[in-house]
Amino acid sequence: MKVSYYPGCSLESSARDYQESIDGVCKRLGIELVELEDWNCCGATAAHSLNHRASIELPARNLVIAEKAGNDLVAPCPMCFNRLKAAEKALLREPGRYRYAIEGNTRTWDLADFMARPEVLDVMASKVTNPLEGVRAVCYYGCMSSRPPEITDAKDCENPMSMDLIVRRLGGVAIDWSYKTDCCGASHVVDRPDMVFKMVGRLYERALEVGANCIVVSCQMCQANLDVYQDKIAAELGMAVDLPIVYFTELMGLAMKEPGVATWLARHFVDPVRLFEEQDLLAKRGV
Amino acid sequence: MGDVHKSLEVDTGFANLVQASARLNVNACFQCRKCTNGCPVTFAMDIYPDEVIRLVLLGQKERVLTCNTIWVCSACETCTTRCPNEVDIAGTMDALKEMAVKEGVQIPQPKTYAFHKAFLDDVKKRGRMFEGRLMQSYLLSSGELFRKVADGSIKEEMSLGWNMFKKGRLPLLPKGIKGKKEIKEILGSTS
Repeated sequence: MKVSYYPGCSLESSARDYQESIDGVCKRLGIELVELEDWNCCGATAAHSLNHRASIELPARNLVIAEKAGNDLVAPCPMCFNRLKAAEKALLREPGRYRYAIEGNTRTWDLADFMARPEVLDVMASKVTNPLEGVRAVCYYGCMSSRPPEITDAKDCENPMSMDLIVRRLGGVAIDWSYKTDCCGASHVVDRPDMVFKMVGRLYERALEVGANCIVVSCQMCQANLDVYQDKIAAELGMAVDLPIVYFTELMGLAMKEPGVATWLARHFVDPVRLFEEQDLLAKRGV
Repeated sequence: MGDVHKSLEVDTGFANLVQASARLNVNACFQCRKCTNGCPVTFAMDIYPDEVIRLVLLGQKERVLTCNTIWVCSACETCTTRCPNEVDIAGTMDALKEMAVKEGVQIPQPKTYAFHKAFLDDVKKRGRMFEGRLMQSYLLSSGELFRKVADGSIKEEMSLGWNMFKKGRLPLLPKGIKGKKEIKEILGSTS
């Protein structure tokens, strides 16, 4: 299966682990990712905050390129996904208002949704040689892959299930919790870290309350906010927290014994290796 | 007395102006406060989201353009999603930020603005955002660099950068795109 792929800027740097794990598991699943030719930044929060026109036209340029390529477009970053979808809706709703035009015949997918389709799940399950026994995860989706549904076309924006379905098919436990789509504060981590620490602290509390031993994510902004500052946030809240923040694609790689797993996990701040070793999922099984 | 009278003057034209930048539907608000009740960042706001919409409808331009609410909004879209009248509350926050910058009002969250601005300036240069460079220009333009040097917290910043680098999460060189000129045109007039 061949799809166009829009990595987004973060996957070239701070979310390199996400990119590597995506490359690894897609190859195993027979999904050929063709990077979009000369793609540009979607503009993210900055563009929609300061320049509405640019917030549509930046992602729109990528949609035009994707239509030329002809295949469906997959975006791993929920922010990019959201902006691409916002541009798609705006261009189709008000043709002529912006500098680009599209036909609207190329579908843009959030990577987790793309992977959670029954046919992909079946292929994935057939390749699981290291079922994730002992992994008790809460899946944390954040905002942008679901909201607002008029933009994302999400089936159930208050209770997304893509990663829960994936974790379960990998042999792990996906615990139900009420904070799947609560905001982490996103880029405020730069200019208002106090806000982000408070919001992320609450997520830790709720995850621990339901007995999770890790948090599974599909967004590199959520990953960074929950992973990089965990020590500091825990200390400020006077809590003991040791929750690895892993991408769903890393769990897929672990369950399929992808050789790159150790490299991806080494890029994290909260070390996931200890948890997976305790659960006998890493060294002893030769991953 | 004169002041009180003035503050009660209603300017319904302002709502239309806010609407013009996108389809925001503010006139449909019937003040149920569902937006405010589901908002995850009310703890950091000076006025609540439903109040912002109400003030827009009343034409209280100065109050909404100078409030910190529009800047601390994290754009999580919970309000817009849950509004029973399809008011795009988060989109209204954006329209007001854009207007506040254009009109040159004093921004109560200058660091938030500085970050957005540094981000778009960075994208304008190469067509893609480069995290390493973005943080440097933000620290400079926001004045945070001087503060962090003065109070010693720059050490923390540097150790974070070093750790990111060690873990392979901070490449040294940015990537540019061929369509740079197009991106410059798109972002041309960004303040």
